[in-house]
Order: sequence, then C-alpha cells, then structure tokens
Amino acid sequence: MKNENLIQYIYGIADNVLILGQRLSELCGHGPNLETDIACTNIALDLLGQTRSYYQYAAQLSGEGKTEDDIAFLRNERQYKNVLLVEQPNRHFGYVITRQFLFDAFHLLLLEELQNSKDDTLVAIAKKGIKEVSYHQRFSSDWIKRLGDGTQESHKKVQEALDDLWRFTNELFLMTEDDKIALENGVGVNVLTLQEKYNQRIKEVLDEATLTIPETKYFQKGGKQGIHSEHMGYLLSDLQYMQRTYPNMKW
Amino acid sequence: MRNWPLWEVFVRSKNGLEHRHFGSLHAADAEMALENARDVYTRRSEGVSIWVVESKHITASNPENSGELFEPAQDKVYRHPTFYTLPDEVKHM
Repeated sequence: MKNENLIQYIYGIADNVLILGQRLSELCGHGPNLETDIACTNIALDLLGQTRSYYQYAAQLSGEGKTEDDIAFLRNERQYKNVLLVEQPNRHFGYVITRQFLFDAFHLLLLEELQNSKDDTLVAIAKKGIKEVSYHQRFSSDWIKRLGDGTQESHKKVQEALDDLWRFTNELFLMTEDDKIALENGVGVNVLTLQEKYNQRIKEVLDEATLTIPETKYFQKGGKQGIHSEHMGYLLSDLQYMQRTYPNMKW
Repeated sequence: MRNWPLWEVFVRSKNGLEHRHFGSLHAADAEMALENARDVYTRRSEGVSIWVVESKHITASNPENSGELFEPAQDKVYRHPTFYTLPDEVKHM
C-alpha cells in the first residue's frame, strides 16, 4: 500500500475526530452547567489527543518534514475528509448531544474493528481510543435517554435534532477509494459491515429514550470527498486562525 | 438544571486508602452524580473509586457547639498514640 493512500485513509478517520473535537471545544465555558461543561471539554480533549496520534503518524509517513500542526492547521477545506455530521454547528445542548451520540456509536464500532488492522500504529491508537470512546458513548447515550424521556420540551428538541441530523448518518458507511485500498491491504476497516450493528445500537437507545428515527429519503454526503457544508469554512477559520496569522508559531 | 440537588463526592485515590471528601457538585440523580464526579474530580487520574451521596443525607455538627464537642479533647495529650513506636510495615496511620 502506498504511503499516500495510507495517509488519506488516516485523514478519513482522524479528520472526523479533529472536527468534532473542535466543535465541542467551542463549548468550553458555555456548557449548560459547570459539570456538563467539563464533561464536554473532557471529551473534546480526548478527541484532540487521538487526533494528534493520527496526525503524528501521517506526518511521519509523508516524510516531507511535515508536522502534526501542518496537517491540522494548514490544509484547505477540500483537503479535510471528515463527514458532514461532525461539522454541524452547536445549535443547542440537545443538538450537541444528538450529534455526539450519532458519531460515538460509529466511532466505537470503527475502533473495535481497527484493532484487527495489519498496521501496528493504527492498532495501538485504536486500543488506546476505545476506552475513551466507550465513555463518550455512555455519556451521550445517557443524555439522549434523559432528554428524550425527560420533559415535553426536551423531548421535542432532541427529536427535532435527530430529524435534522439523521440524514448525515449514511455517509459514515460509504467507502472512499482510499478506504477500499486500505481494506484490500488488510489495513482498513470495512465500514459497510458496521451499519447494521450501528442501527441496532442506535435503535436500542432511542427506544428507551422514546425517540424515533425519522423516515429520511435523501441522505447527505460529500464530506469524505472534501465537499463540505457551509459551516465548515467558519469552523476552519476559527481553527486555523493562529497558524495562518502567525505562521510557524509554537506554544 | 437549577433544581438539581447537591451531591458530596468521595474519591479513593488508590487501592488501600480510604475514600476522602473531594468536593460537591450538582446532578439530577445518583447515576449522573457519579458521571459528573468522574469528569469533575478524576480527570487528572486522581482516583480509582468514587462514592456520591446526596448532601441532604449528611448530618453535620453545629459549629456553635464546637466548644463542648471538641475543646475538651485539646488538653488530653495522653490520648495521642505518640508514646508507641510503629513498625515500618504499618503504613497510613
């Protein structure tokens, strides 16, 4: 497998983690209360930590003297391969939790499979991440149940969030060219096989939360090809501001 | 969330030690209190076990009574086990 394909495969995983981490970190200091604020920020930090491991590996593979920072901060919008789901903005707490819940269930399944990769570094990153992501899934699932089966208002808000975000979930299970190459080489995960388990897991929690999966006819896609929603540019301008304004700055 | 009750958090920092009071937080129920405690108080790996108890279940001594409760012990130095030598094997006394 060529390094270039492996790097793109890594971006396909890591960019989701970076962009969701960035979205959550926007909430730092703005959570609904202190305890939830810290919880969301913890999750953001977990995700950014995982991102660093992936990008350090990708930087090493690229062998052009690149660093993790170059990959995180100096790519253009089209070069980010995250799914549309994770770049959706923080509309309200129920929306944040729904987005998190829809991603966590996928993320955990992905890492569990990634443990069987032939690539030792990816296996190590997956093994470390699984404990963190198991907790993320527990946290977001608990909140989905509390909000869904909570007050009329919370039920309405989280159901609306689900109605809005469900159309982004199908993209999680599309295989890109690099995904296929990685799979053929025993490095990558076949995400097609994860969808059934995913739907099952989601449904279990939603049933308990008295929420229903909407009937969606048209699913959104594009992020994996670098074609993002209108929110992505704003997110990146925040994320990249410091590196773009003060090139090569270090902490 | 303003109506969430207050909980007291006790954390055992490692096996063999006792749980110690770490602080308090707000949560809707015990399960959420545990999760919040995990995030608020053990994020720098401070603990291996957490207890939470709703603050209202704790009965506290009244500071006004501290004279009669605690001062009589102050001049009873013989109650301190300082007259014994402890073997090195006994830890955390």
